[in-house]
Amino acid sequence: MTSAISIERLEVVFDRFRALKGVSLDVKEGESYGLVGESGSGKSTLLRAIAGLAPAASGTIAVNGKTLGRGRDKAFYRDVQMVFQDPYGSLHPRQTVDRLLQEPLAIHGIADGEKRIERALDEVGLGNGFRFRYAHQLSGGQRQRVAIARALILEPSILLLDEPTSALDASVQAEVLNLLEEVRRRRKLTFLMVSHDLAIITHMCERLMVMQNGEAVENLTASQLIGHRVEKDYTRNLLRASEGFVRG
Amino acid sequence: MSTLLDVEDLRVTFPTRTGLIEAVRGVSFSLGRERLGIVGESGSGKSQTGRAIMGLTPPQARISADKLSFDGIDLLAASPRERRALRGKRIAMILQDPKYSLDPVMSIGRQIVETLRTHEKVSKAEARERALAMLEAVQIRDPRRVFDLHPHEVSGGMGQRAMIAMMLIAGPEMMIADEPTSALDVTVQLDVLGILDRLVAERGMGLIFISHDLRLVSSFCDRVIVMYAGKVVEQLKASELSQAQHPYTRGLLNCMPRIGFERHPLPVLDRKPEWAA
Repeated sequence: MTSAISIERLEVVFDRFRALKGVSLDVKEGESYGLVGESGSGKSTLLRAIAGLAPAASGTIAVNGKTLGRGRDKAFYRDVQMVFQDPYGSLHPRQTVDRLLQEPLAIHGIADGEKRIERALDEVGLGNGFRFRYAHQLSGGQRQRVAIARALILEPSILLLDEPTSALDASVQAEVLNLLEEVRRRRKLTFLMVSHDLAIITHMCERLMVMQNGEAVENLTASQLIGHRVEKDYTRNLLRASEGFVRG
Repeated sequence: MSTLLDVEDLRVTFPTRTGLIEAVRGVSFSLGRERLGIVGESGSGKSQTGRAIMGLTPPQARISADKLSFDGIDLLAASPRERRALRGKRIAMILQDPKYSLDPVMSIGRQIVETLRTHEKVSKAEARERALAMLEAVQIRDPRRVFDLHPHEVSGGMGQRAMIAMMLIAGPEMMIADEPTSALDVTVQLDVLGILDRLVAERGMGLIFISHDLRLVSSFCDRVIVMYAGKVVEQLKASELSQAQHPYTRGLLNCMPRIGFERHPLPVLDRKPEWAA
C-alpha cells in the first residue's frame, strides 16, 4: 500500500521557538491516523505544516508520493482539504452557505457547481433548505457539517481534521463523528485527525502518534492503546487522565 | 445535613425581539455541604441557573422563584448592597476560562488581595501574606514569583489555580464552579479538580459544579442534576449514574466514545419533544 502522507524529520520554527522537533510520520492511503497530545505538543502545527499554513524549516513532506516545496499548487488543495476546530470562526459570517460552497468551486474553475452543492449538502445531512442561510442561523453542529461539505466539495482524497468536534456538545459530537466515518467509508478517504481526546482517536483511527513538546512520544495502533500496551509514562498518564477523576 | 441553598421553581426569562425566551423553567433543588453537579448541553440553562444564584443575571432578564434562599437569606428580596456583600465573601464563583475571567492588566497577587480587602479589614502586609499562603494552598510552587505575574504570563492550569485561590481567600461557604476545567488539558484538569476537591472537603463548603461532561461530573460529585431545555429531567446520586432512568441522561452517557468499547456508528440522541414539555 502506498503512502498518502509521508513526513520526514520535519522541523517548524516560529522565531526561535521550535514547535516541531524533527517529527516523522507515515500515513497509508485510505488509513485514518490520529495525533494526540496536550496543547502545545505540536499536533496542530503538524497538520498546518502539511496544509502549508506553517513554515517548514527543514525536513520533507510528501503527499501522494509528491514531495512538497514551499508553496502549494491548486492541485494540492483539490486533493487535501482541512476541517478546523471552531465552526464559529471558520465560516465567513457574511456569506450564505451557498456562497461559501461556491468559493472553492470558483477557485478551481469547476463548472457543475449547482449539482455539486446540492450533493455536498445532501451528503452531510443538511438538505437544500440550508443553502441560503448564514452561519449565524445555524447551530454549532450544522456549521461543522457545512465546513465538512466545503471540504468535500472538491472531492479530495485526504482530509486534515483539527479537533473537528471539540467545540460541540457530546450528542452533536457523536453525529459529526458518525458523519465523518460514513464519508470516509463511502469515498475511501485518508484521514489525519488531531484530538486531545484519546477516546475519540481510538474510535476514529487505526493508528496514532502521541506527541509532547513538539516531539513524537510513541507510535501505537488503536488496539495497543485500548489494551494499555503502551511503553511511555506520558501515554500512560494520558490514559489515566481520560478515565476521569479518582479521589486520592 | 443542614441546607445551605434552597431553590424552588426558579425561572429566568429573557425578553427578545421575537418574544420571551425562558432559559430556566422551574428548577428546584437544595444544596447542603456537598458536591452537586449540574449537567446539560449548551442552552440547557445550567449556567443561567448558577448565575441567577450568584446574582449575575443580565439586568434585562427577569428572575422569579418560589424560593431562592441562601442560609436563610432571601436572595430575591436582598438589596444589591446585600448581594454584593455575599458575593465573593460567602458565595464564590469560578468561571471557565482564566484567560477571560482574570483582569488582564492587574497582577495575579493584586487581584487576590483586592478580593480579600473588599470583604475583610486587613492590613496590606497581612493581605499579601494570606494571598501567598492561598497560592501555596492551590499548589503553585513558587507563590512569590506568581504573585507578581500578570494573567497572560501564566499557563491555563496556573491561571485557573489562581482563580481558585482568589475565590477561596475570603473563605466562602458555597462555591459555584461553571465549567472550571473545560479550557484545560486533560492531565491538568485532574490536578485542578484534585485541588478543588481537597479544599472543598477541608473547608466543608457546598459546591455546585456546572459542566457538560456527564462522566467527569459523576466521578467528582456526590449528586447530579441533569438539565434539558431549562428543566431538571433527572436527579440522581453520582454513584447510581449507570442506573439513570431518563432517556436523555442515558443518551448523553451513551453517545460518547469510550476507550475499549467499539461502537460504529455511535448511538445518537433521538430528542423527543416531550422531554422539554
